[in-house]
Amino acid sequence: MYKKSLSYPYLVWAAAFIIIPLLFIVYYGLTDRSGAFTLENLMAIATAEHSKALFLSLLLSLVSTAICLLLAYPLALILSNSKLGRSGFIIFLFILPMWMNFLLRTLAWVVLLDTNGVLDTLFKTLGLPRFKIINTPAAIVFGMVYDFLPFMILPIYNVISKIDINVINAARDLGANSFQTLYKVIFPLSLPGVISGITMVFVPSLTTFVISTLLGGGKILLIGNVIEQEFMKGTSWHVGSGLSLVLMLFIIISMVLSSKYDNGEGNVL
Amino acid sequence: MKKRILFVCSCLAAIVLVTGCGGSSAGENGELNVYNWGEYIDEDVIDLFEEETGIKVNYKTYDTNEDMYPIIANGAADWDVVCPSEYMIQKMLDNDLLLEINHDNLPNLSNIGSEFMETVKEFDPDATHAVPYLWGTVGILYNDTMVDEPITSWDCLWDEKYADNIVMMNNPRDVFAPALISCGYSLNSTTDAELQEAAALLSAQKPLVLKYTTDEVRDMMIGEKAAIGVIYSGEATICKDENEHLQYVVPEEGSNVWLDCWVIPTTCKNKENAEKWIDFLCRPEIAMKNFEYIYYSTPNQGMIDLIEDEEILDNEALFPEDDVLSRCETFHYLGEEAEEKYNELWKQVLSE
Repeated sequence: MYKKSLSYPYLVWAAAFIIIPLLFIVYYGLTDRSGAFTLENLMAIATAEHSKALFLSLLLSLVSTAICLLLAYPLALILSNSKLGRSGFIIFLFILPMWMNFLLRTLAWVVLLDTNGVLDTLFKTLGLPRFKIINTPAAIVFGMVYDFLPFMILPIYNVISKIDINVINAARDLGANSFQTLYKVIFPLSLPGVISGITMVFVPSLTTFVISTLLGGGKILLIGNVIEQEFMKGTSWHVGSGLSLVLMLFIIISMVLSSKYDNGEGNVL
Repeated sequence: MKKRILFVCSCLAAIVLVTGCGGSSAGENGELNVYNWGEYIDEDVIDLFEEETGIKVNYKTYDTNEDMYPIIANGAADWDVVCPSEYMIQKMLDNDLLLEINHDNLPNLSNIGSEFMETVKEFDPDATHAVPYLWGTVGILYNDTMVDEPITSWDCLWDEKYADNIVMMNNPRDVFAPALISCGYSLNSTTDAELQEAAALLSAQKPLVLKYTTDEVRDMMIGEKAAIGVIYSGEATICKDENEHLQYVVPEEGSNVWLDCWVIPTTCKNKENAEKWIDFLCRPEIAMKNFEYIYYSTPNQGMIDLIEDEEILDNEALFPEDDVLSRCETFHYLGEEAEEKYNELWKQVLSE
């Protein structure tokens, strides 16, 4: 009784700020300007420019998720095995940048990667070959990896550091070498963290429009940019909502896949 | 009924806000409710007007034309005089939301340059509903150390030697304007074939463009990150103050011009006072006071004649040569369907 009444404010909150806005999106997504029911806004994803944007978004977010995983897993492994890592200092260092505004951090990369920017000037003075990365898809992947890496490290680190040392000792006692222990024992046990990390990197990467606007020079259209344009610069909230619904489908698929493996332990955020 | 309640509430709010305590009475000659853009007047001017006429001014601001429109259209508050942009004035006229201004009550109207009254006729055919207040153009800002010859034409935006040195705006209408003009069409075109041609031109240009952005043009040009940028004249003035190598030009083929005008909406309760207000702002000395504060181009020829500092007059962004305005065209309100067309084509260009 007491506990139940405590939950009401949260229910009201959820209804007002989650359920109702979602219903609005569904309403706009399934109606046209005159308010009549239509599936056209959902089918809008099939047009060349929208499907190209969606495909590019999927590709870039998959690439950045893979890079994040490759960077984060060994790091989490090292951290959970070392004293430094156990003390939480390194983890703290990884979280520290997140105290700063996300937009500022991305803008900082614009300054760093820009032609005649910090890195470019450094390469020029050192006589190294110069490369142009700003305003390319590579720059966007760079930004995604930088911005979302902590979301991959933390859940993996959290899960690995909780693995019972006796399980690993048992594996070694039974004759497994380091690689076999990692492959057969540690990795399967850390899977919930990995899946959780993948979701937490993949979903924001798929929907981002800020990173692609800033680091892509406004020249690369991701699905997030299309939706932003429909709402902010265009006039059609209906198409924008329809595309959001399609995007939600992809997010739900990734969530369903991850919930199969995720037993909740990996969720630290 | 709901509207009425809303109206009463907003009136109460306005009274409390304006008087601070809600205790002071209206001026001896009544009140005037002024609805203007934010940061768009020297507020001392309001005090001067109150002192001289004994009219109590209730002043409030809005951020965009789109914020202002529904308030007037729904009669949510009794604004006597408003200052929208040209395309919004057209939309308000289309919806019968504006009263005719009696020019006999505006002796100072003669200070407004006749060419601006011609521009007004683009959206207000008999020029009796709107009085120009401030204006500006869209043009090219270039760095004279980074280009080979002075820029005079939109053609430079398609010149390969400026690859990766061009900054374009990034909303559909603004980005299509130079392309449409280069093809020899109106920047208000809604014809499919013309828009397709402009889109093809933009696709061809895309590899040369360093960045599509509206907010960052200023910083990029000041920081010499690009040689050529499409920019609003007001911003260009600021840039020139920061970097002496920057030059602003309105291309010879013509460009976009915007014009904000005072209008009297149908919600007006004090039409005579509204006309007094408009006339007051047309006075050269008052326009000068505003100019020194806002630093935007003025249509007030009487005021321009008062300027003695040659350096200010030499600023092409603020005081373009006479023929500039005749080359330029205002944006018209095209309706949702046409705007959708622009949006669609722009997405196609970007996704290529």
